[in-house]
Amino acid sequence: MSSVLEPELIEVMEQSNKDPEELSETLTDEEKREIDEEASHYEGKSSVGLEALRIVQKYRGWISDGSLQAIANYLDMPVAQLESVATYFQLIFRQPVGKEVILLCKSASCWVMGCDQLQKHISQSLQIEPGQTTKDGIFTLLEAPCLGDCDKAPVLMLGEEMYRNLDESAIDALIDKKKQIHADKSSH
Amino acid sequence: MLTNPLTKNISKENTAADITQYLDNDGYQGWRKAHSMVPDDIINLVKDGGLRGRGGAGFNTGLKWSFVPRGEGSPEQKFVVCNADEMEPGTFKDRLLMERDPHLLLEGMAIAAYAIGASIGYIFIRGEYHLAAERLERAIEEAKSQGLIGKNIFDSDFSLEIFVHRSAGNYICGEETALLNALEGQRAIPRAKPPFPQVSGLWGKPTVVNNVETFCNIPHLVAYGVDWYRGLGVGQDAGSKIFGVSGKVKNPGTWELPMGTPIREIIEQYAGGMRDGLRLKGFLPGGGSTDFLGPDHLDLPMDYDVIGKAGSRMGTGTIIVLDDKTCPIGLVLNLTQFFARESCGWCTPCRDGLPWIVKVLQRIESGEGLPEDLELLHEQCKRIAPGKTFCALAPGAAEPIQSSLKLFEQDYIDHIKKGCCPYK
Repeated sequence: MSSVLEPELIEVMEQSNKDPEELSETLTDEEKREIDEEASHYEGKSSVGLEALRIVQKYRGWISDGSLQAIANYLDMPVAQLESVATYFQLIFRQPVGKEVILLCKSASCWVMGCDQLQKHISQSLQIEPGQTTKDGIFTLLEAPCLGDCDKAPVLMLGEEMYRNLDESAIDALIDKKKQIHADKSSH
Repeated sequence: MLTNPLTKNISKENTAADITQYLDNDGYQGWRKAHSMVPDDIINLVKDGGLRGRGGAGFNTGLKWSFVPRGEGSPEQKFVVCNADEMEPGTFKDRLLMERDPHLLLEGMAIAAYAIGASIGYIFIRGEYHLAAERLERAIEEAKSQGLIGKNIFDSDFSLEIFVHRSAGNYICGEETALLNALEGQRAIPRAKPPFPQVSGLWGKPTVVNNVETFCNIPHLVAYGVDWYRGLGVGQDAGSKIFGVSGKVKNPGTWELPMGTPIREIIEQYAGGMRDGLRLKGFLPGGGSTDFLGPDHLDLPMDYDVIGKAGSRMGTGTIIVLDDKTCPIGLVLNLTQFFARESCGWCTPCRDGLPWIVKVLQRIESGEGLPEDLELLHEQCKRIAPGKTFCALAPGAAEPIQSSLKLFEQDYIDHIKKGCCPYK
C-alpha cells in the first residue's frame, strides 16, 4: 500500500497536543496490560508482535519508530524482527494517518461495480490520491484488496464501519457527515 | 429433515444467535454426541461423510484429520486452527457464518479439537472483520459460561480454550502455512511442505487448519450422520454449501444450496439473472483465483470434480459474474494487480512474474499492446504454473489470466488492433 509522508501532515502532527515521539518513549501501563493479556494466549512473548502493534496503534493512531522500539524492547525481540511484521500488514501504519482512514475496496467485484470511478470522486472531493492524507489531517484514503462484502459492491470501510452499495452521492453524504463531526469537535 | 444446516439459525436481521437461541434450536447436540464417541470414530464419520474443505482446495476433511499423529508417542500438545482470513476477491460467505451464527463455528471447532486431541484453538480472522470478531469473542464467553468449552468439558478430562486472533490485512495469510507463521508472530511467508501442518504445524506441534464453512458443516454431520449428510447433495459431492454471486446481476447475495446445484440455477433463479440490458459474458465460479467459464458451462453442477474437468475450480463457490459491457481485460488486470500486491515476495516467479504480467495487461488495456504480448502472457502463465512456485498464490493468479486468453481472445486482439479499450 503506497503511502506519502506529506510536509503538511508533519505540521499537523507537530501542532497536535500529543507529540507522538514523546508518547512513544515508553509503553503505557494500559498498553502493557493489554499486551500481557494477549501474550497469555500464545507460546512466548515474541508471538504477540502483531497484537502489540495493533494495541499501540489503537491508542496512538500509527506506529512511530519510537513506538516500534518500545514494543520490541517490551517483547524482548529484535526491532528488525518486529519491523518485518509491522511493514508486512496493511492495517499497521508506519506513517501518520488521518483521524478517519477510508479503506476503499478495489476487489474484482467492486471493480465491476465501479469502484475506480468512486476512487476518482473521493480523490477529487478530498484532493488526495490513495495513500495520502488531507491537509487538515482528517482523512486518509487507502485502497483495500477485498473487504469481503462483494454482493453489496462497491463498498468501503471507515473506522470499523462498513458502507455498502455506494454511489457518489452516498460518499458525499458520508464525507460531509464526518467533516461536520470533526468541525463540531474542534469548536468545543 | 433438516436441509439447511449451515443457515438454519440465520435470520434476515443482522443479529447473531446467542447461546440461548442456539441451544434452544438443538445447538451443541453434535458436540455432546461427539464427546460420547471415540475420537477415531468421529474422524471416520467425517471421512465417510465426504465433507470436502470449503476454503477452496476441496480436500477430504476427515482424511486431513486422520494424518494427525495420535496415541502413544505422539506430541501431547496439538492445535486446531480456523482459517477465517477470507480475502479472496469475490468471496464473502464466511463473514455471514461468523457474524450471524458464531456458535456453529465454535461447535465445529470443539468437535475437531476433541477428534484430534487438541486443547487449544485459534480463530485466525482478518483484521477488517470487526463485527465477526466481536461476536465470536462474545460467543466464546457464552460457551465457556455454559461449560461447553473451557476446562473439564462435560466433567471430563478434556479441556479446550479457543482464542480469536485478529490479523491485519494480508491475503497470503489464508495459505495455511503462512497463517501458522503469522500466528507465531512472524512474517506470513509460506513454509515448505512436507512436513505438513497435521504433523508439524503451529510451534512445531500437530495442527489442523480448516476453513470457517468447513467447521460449520461438522456439528450436523456428527448429529445426523453420514447418510443424511450425503443425501443433502444433489450431485457427486456431499452436503450443502453457501454459494454466492456478485457482479451485475439483479439480486447478488449468498444462499445455502445442495452441493451439485447447477450454476444456471444459482445465477438465474437465486441471483435473479443479469441486470436489464446486459448479457452474461463469463464468470469465475469460485473467487478470483479460478479460471473463467462461459455461458456454455451454465448447466454444470457445482461439484468439485465436475468444475475441475471443465477447466476451472469450484474454489469458494462464490461466483463473480462478468457482463458483456464490462471489459474482460480490465477485470483480469484488476485481479492480477491484487495478486501482485499480495505476493509475499518469497519466490522469484511470483514476486517478479506477477508485476510483469500487470505491466503487459496495462499496456494492452491502455491501447499500447503489441501482437506478441499474447504469447508473452501465455509464457508468463506457464512460468508461474503449479510446481514452479513456493505456494499456490501465483498459480491461482494465473487461472483467470490463462482462461481469459482462451475465452476472450478476440477482446485481446481488438484492444491491440484498435489501439484502445473498446469498452470505454
